[in-house]
Amino acid sequence: MRTQPIDQAAAALPAETRAAVYGGSKVQHEKGRKLLFDHYGDPNRLRKLAGEIKRHVVENLDTLLPAVEARLMANGATVHWAATAEAACEAVHSILKARGATKLVKSKTMVSEEIGLADYLEKRGIEALETDLGEFIVQLDHDQPSHIIAPIRHKNRRQIAELFERNGLGAYDDEPAVITKRARQFLRHKYLGADAGLTGANFVVAESGRIVVVTNEGNSRFCLAATRCHIALVGIEKILPRDRDLALFLNLLARSATAQQLSVYNEFILGPRAPGQPDGPEETHVVLVDNGRTEVLASECRDILRCIRCGACLNVCPVYRQAGGHAYRSVYPGPVGAVLSPLLLGKRFPEKADLPKASSLCGACNEVCPVNIPIPDLLLRLRDRAHVEGVPSPGTPPMGMWALLATRPAAWRAALAGGRILNLLPTRLIPIPALRAWQLKRDLPPWRGGKFRKWLKMRRKQQGRGQSRPQ
Amino acid sequence: MMPNPGRTPIAGKRVQLMATCLCDAFHDDVAAATVELLEHLGCEVAFPGGQTCCGQPAFNGGDWAASRRVVRHTVRTFSGDDPVVVPSGSCAAMLFHGAALEFEREPDLDDVESLGRRTWELGDFIVNGLGVKSWPGRFESAVALHRSCHTRGTASSDAVALLLGSIAGLRLVPFGEAEQCCGFGGTFSVGFPHISAAMGDLKLGHVRAAKPDVLVSGDTSCLMHLSGLAAREGFPVRTMHFAQVLRDALKRQP
Repeated sequence: MRTQPIDQAAAALPAETRAAVYGGSKVQHEKGRKLLFDHYGDPNRLRKLAGEIKRHVVENLDTLLPAVEARLMANGATVHWAATAEAACEAVHSILKARGATKLVKSKTMVSEEIGLADYLEKRGIEALETDLGEFIVQLDHDQPSHIIAPIRHKNRRQIAELFERNGLGAYDDEPAVITKRARQFLRHKYLGADAGLTGANFVVAESGRIVVVTNEGNSRFCLAATRCHIALVGIEKILPRDRDLALFLNLLARSATAQQLSVYNEFILGPRAPGQPDGPEETHVVLVDNGRTEVLASECRDILRCIRCGACLNVCPVYRQAGGHAYRSVYPGPVGAVLSPLLLGKRFPEKADLPKASSLCGACNEVCPVNIPIPDLLLRLRDRAHVEGVPSPGTPPMGMWALLATRPAAWRAALAGGRILNLLPTRLIPIPALRAWQLKRDLPPWRGGKFRKWLKMRRKQQGRGQSRPQ
Repeated sequence: MMPNPGRTPIAGKRVQLMATCLCDAFHDDVAAATVELLEHLGCEVAFPGGQTCCGQPAFNGGDWAASRRVVRHTVRTFSGDDPVVVPSGSCAAMLFHGAALEFEREPDLDDVESLGRRTWELGDFIVNGLGVKSWPGRFESAVALHRSCHTRGTASSDAVALLLGSIAGLRLVPFGEAEQCCGFGGTFSVGFPHISAAMGDLKLGHVRAAKPDVLVSGDTSCLMHLSGLAAREGFPVRTMHFAQVLRDALKRQP
């Protein structure tokens, strides 16, 4: 019996990568949980409240999105709607072209990874430089992020020091402070020479049109301060109804994402510089990206659109800790990615229909989710969808024979008795692939089919009672 | 995973036992212990002989159509109003949560939900259904209690810990990362054998470090995975379902 692709990837993962992923995830999870419970009497109530607010957003996107557009425009921003990844890339490209811009500095945004923006622009002669330290390292190494908050969770400092040496950023030194300083010195000059700055948005507030960007390195601030054109790339689900919702969400986000009371830089952007204002961009563009989201909205898995990309479910997930992010073959790995990544593919869902299988359904992801997404339920729905669509699934035992027996009591009892033959067979001759697969790693206890029923019958006889006699 | 909402209150002392397919096939003594301790508590235990499986394997594996056929059989088999008691957190959760999910567009959702409302995990039933808060007898052992994931967020984990902790001679020993999954996960255990075993090894490492005499859980599936893994590696661990511990404690009543 073949095992699942993510299991194969986990088995092939180098030990030092697994150690980096496992250790980093565990530490981050434990720090974040401690902070939540130290600071709040009942963080679960906050999670549920935040979940209800985001549910409201997801269920009212039809009215909230026009409201957001109107507010953004009133604030002087230009709004671009992008139905697909290509449309979003084109929108950014045309904004840059119109300004004659050839150098873009980017702060970290998962949507830009999702739509493949950097590659798209590089192919058209525009430098699109990542300025978040982790993303900068990923870009330098022609690698992929393996975590939505900690893109280089899979790397250790030795590997990064070697990478910097190879790329002329200084002789080998794996001291984190040295690595950071070298990246900073390199990037400072890049900001000054850039033509435009691109950010994501953690939230866009419907009532005010406020764009909220949260970082810990201040790089988004440099991107904005050094350039005259700000482009914000925003998934259409990133809306919050009211400014006052930010208090709840910024508190939950910082603790869940990076185990901080508050992220170091919280920027609240209301659009381009108004007449009389001393500072600010000349142009603000907001690109609202769908790229499969309305299809997710129409599905029974729309709850996943509540996600605020904190990464807490990745950190706590025992499967992610073993497999690492690249095993998911997606921009969004871990539990949230196992739901979102196949859904965002739309009709190409079968390509990633194995992702929802990569879970023991332990429920830890739901327990830590700051917007209380029932991730295990969504994984189960997608497993059903994959089966209904007939996607082959190596490693998933077929259920037809089992269901046949389990709906026919006489056949079930016969199978219980007949199963005793398993005690005599060597593993390789066991006719049930799932039981052979079980024994790849574990012993199987002796088959004792039917013994309980026999015992109960004897007990009832001894008790001399007639009622509830087992058949 | 999810608490059982809107549960039907316990009226009498008649219960229906759902033994679970794993007890039917491998762990007969867990089902027997369940009968003995329910009878000790004065319950009249009916065992509907037509019972097979709760439907979870196919629900978990993604074949919901097959799972619904089995759930319908289970609903018919456990008819009436009496509570259904299950010595398994995951089978109980299947009936009060999972089945409702896969039946949400089916005409017989009501029947499924009604069975879910009178389904109880054994520990939850003893403590919160019958109101038993302490357990008599004696069990001289250091016990590591593995709280299975399907009792996450339900009353079962605390109920079992309460009962075990009240037994004379029994010492509950804490171990690291207790909230982490053991790696069983149903079809996950065979589709993802490497990750499943790696998770199990982490759990076994923490458990062994606590040096218990016995590893106890409310789910035989977790125990089957962990003990099978430990045996294969040549370092067996002793495992028991908490029903067996409660039953054995009764036998050593002064």
